[in-house]
Amino acid sequence: MEKELLLEFNDFGFQYNAQAEPTLHGINLKLYRGERILIAGPSGCGKSTLVHCINGLIPFSYKGEMSGSLKLKGTETKDLSLFDISHTVGTVLQDSDAQFVGMTVAEDIAFALENDCVDDPKLHDKVKEVAALVDIDDHLTHAPSELSGGQKQRVSVAGVLVDDVDILIFDEPLANLDPATGKQAIELIDKMQEQTGATVIIVEHRLEDVLHRPVDRIVLMERGRIRADVTPDELLSGSLLKECGVREPLYLTALKYADVKISPDMHPSSLDKMVIGDADKAGLNDWYKSVEAGSVTDGKSELLRTEGISFTYREGEKIALNDISVKINEGEMTAIVGTNGAGKSTFSKVVCGFETPDKGKVFYKGDDFAEYSIKERAEHIGYVMQNPNQMISKVWIYDEVALGLRTREVPEEEIEKRVEKVLKICGLWKMRKWPISALSFGQKKRVTIASILVLDPKMIILDEPTAGQDYRHYTEIMEFLTDLNRQGITVVMVTHDMHLMLEYADRAIVFSDGRIIADDRSYNIITNDKIIKEASLKETSLYGLALKCGIDDGTDFVRHFIDYERKHVREDERGGVYD
Amino acid sequence: MTNLFNYIDRPSPIHRLTGATKFVCLLLWSFAAMSTYDTRMLIGLVIVSMILFTVGRIHLKDVSFMIGFTLVFLVINSIAIYLFAPFHGTEIYGTKTYLWGLSGRFAPTAEQLFYHFNYILKYLATIPIVLLFVCTTNPSEFAASLNKIGIKYSIAYSVALALRYIPDIQKQYHEISQAGQARDIEMTKKASLINRLKSASGILIPLILSSMDRIEIISNAMELRGFGKEKKRTWYMGRPFTATDIAAMIGCAMLILLSAYLAHVNGGRYYNPFI
Repeated sequence: MEKELLLEFNDFGFQYNAQAEPTLHGINLKLYRGERILIAGPSGCGKSTLVHCINGLIPFSYKGEMSGSLKLKGTETKDLSLFDISHTVGTVLQDSDAQFVGMTVAEDIAFALENDCVDDPKLHDKVKEVAALVDIDDHLTHAPSELSGGQKQRVSVAGVLVDDVDILIFDEPLANLDPATGKQAIELIDKMQEQTGATVIIVEHRLEDVLHRPVDRIVLMERGRIRADVTPDELLSGSLLKECGVREPLYLTALKYADVKISPDMHPSSLDKMVIGDADKAGLNDWYKSVEAGSVTDGKSELLRTEGISFTYREGEKIALNDISVKINEGEMTAIVGTNGAGKSTFSKVVCGFETPDKGKVFYKGDDFAEYSIKERAEHIGYVMQNPNQMISKVWIYDEVALGLRTREVPEEEIEKRVEKVLKICGLWKMRKWPISALSFGQKKRVTIASILVLDPKMIILDEPTAGQDYRHYTEIMEFLTDLNRQGITVVMVTHDMHLMLEYADRAIVFSDGRIIADDRSYNIITNDKIIKEASLKETSLYGLALKCGIDDGTDFVRHFIDYERKHVREDERGGVYD
Repeated sequence: MTNLFNYIDRPSPIHRLTGATKFVCLLLWSFAAMSTYDTRMLIGLVIVSMILFTVGRIHLKDVSFMIGFTLVFLVINSIAIYLFAPFHGTEIYGTKTYLWGLSGRFAPTAEQLFYHFNYILKYLATIPIVLLFVCTTNPSEFAASLNKIGIKYSIAYSVALALRYIPDIQKQYHEISQAGQARDIEMTKKASLINRLKSASGILIPLILSSMDRIEIISNAMELRGFGKEKKRTWYMGRPFTATDIAAMIGCAMLILLSAYLAHVNGGRYYNPFI
């Protein structure tokens, strides 16, 4: 039976009014009813623009020049209205918090129906029905602040499903979720697709996580063009992903290191279903044995120590931190992981002095930190927020970086010297005379890090340093932090990203419900079932690969993989990344 | 976090009135209480407002902060009136009865004290009603009912939307100011006012910039779900106007008439026991 053609791009192009170059060129793409499509590509490849074209924000909200044709169910979208399109195409935005417009769950789900003038009793019935579908019906009267990230996303999905749409778009659904919740989100999308029979488009650069459930096709984009439109098995067998700066699943990377040739008939898109021949298994075993174990040097002298810190935001509320004792040595690169609300950020705030603990003490180089003000602590421990826009208050890069010194009334000649030094370290020297608004997200991040480093701290704490970044920018930021670490700065990263923790942190501290439940080498954490469950983490596929290939000590395999990467691969990728 | 609306969900006859009814009643009631100085009517209003307060099942501890705040304000206000116009009462009532044999610039008179008594009564008649409105009105339902009485839904919805996002913005402000303090953007009382104003701009700029990003996302999210498509919209939290609503509004309108009637009988806004 011929499937119904829902959406058809024909030699389509688009150029924003404010831009000199088209963002999309020569797009040819067909979407049929019931398909699951993954659109992947690095930042700036045009995938958001493509999505805006599908859901009607282009041309109705963002103006620009369209060329070629884009038909939705046989009609050119430019002849429709945004509202006509919204009945066919439902979009779940990346930031499900901002998408939440209602005061409560029920009202948010009802939003589209209200705008459609649906009256009672249908209005209330439909809300109940859809809420049950996404399993949020126990929380109908809750406000957004009372929900977890995963629950908010469920509400967003419900808010779109009330419209009985034919196409469901998920724009970076994993961006703000912890690993276990992300996994559930992909399962939810899968279930919704089965129940509604809608076409699902997922835009995401975290390929491995999306492939937790099967997709029919992957559309790979680069520089405004479609580079590939093939099945996942085909795409994963080639080298296009790497060329386009999208990360392939880790188990495939490991197989490639072992010189195993990947072909579509091995079904590389799912580790569970993948067929790995005996010869290939042996190859992987050989590679595993050949990798020399690297050594991790532990920091020698103690830099920061906390003793029995407890903290509650308001009386009667849940305890945010419960008896936290931890030690961080000079020169370490450490990740703090755990679910939202586990206490990771609260811990950083207590250390930086933004909050005062109810009980317990923070020691810096053995001195009681309670004597230090926020400002004084900042000269020893810098704090970098997740969103650089929340930290930047000046127009020019130079002024922004100099700000902390100027308010400390450091003489201008010395400021000049210190700013110059830090701008060079951060690869911003060439841009010192630029306005900050001209920078990319990753560059802004470096400006905020520079503005902290200029105060000469011994340690920096970064909140989600790579959130929302594609592979290239992720690598760029992380290599930069590794560099800083080599220069002697102790780095602590608060993160959800299992790759980051595994690849860049020597040590991971796992928070759950305000307590520390584990403090160990990253590869030990990421392969420990019990901790993974308790802290909503996600097991690395490397571990599964090892077991599948008859390597008993999966943890050791993961460790060898990381050592191999650090020694052989990343050294090559480095250099010139800051330009 | 403190919020402008402090809706307390405890079913009561007052909760069952629509938000618009309560809003109209609040306006009528306040107007009546503000326009008259008739002691008998004010005492009546105070008693009725206390009764309504219990009918609405709002407990004193729910609103203790707001009551405390208004009482402090009331005391300061009364003292100020006494200091600046210690004989205002005698001008109004036309007699001058010194009390306790005192005399002089700030000597108490029966008329002045009576004037203050009336003044305080006015507050006591209005405060419970304002608190009642704030505590028994669900903001979303309020938006819905404002739309029903003819206010454009985009305006009515913006009320609800602002309330939805106030806590978020407060939280963001807090975070930005903390990060700013680490770089010595001093916001505490230690800094001088000018320095604090300067520092505030260091927080406001990032706050405005990140809010602008948000506004773009929100407006896209709303449009993508059909906001603004039709001339009308329905409301999930909306409730039909009932006979009780109409009765409540008529009742409050009667207060205005009563106030006007008393003004006619008393020959002015003041009830004068001194003649």
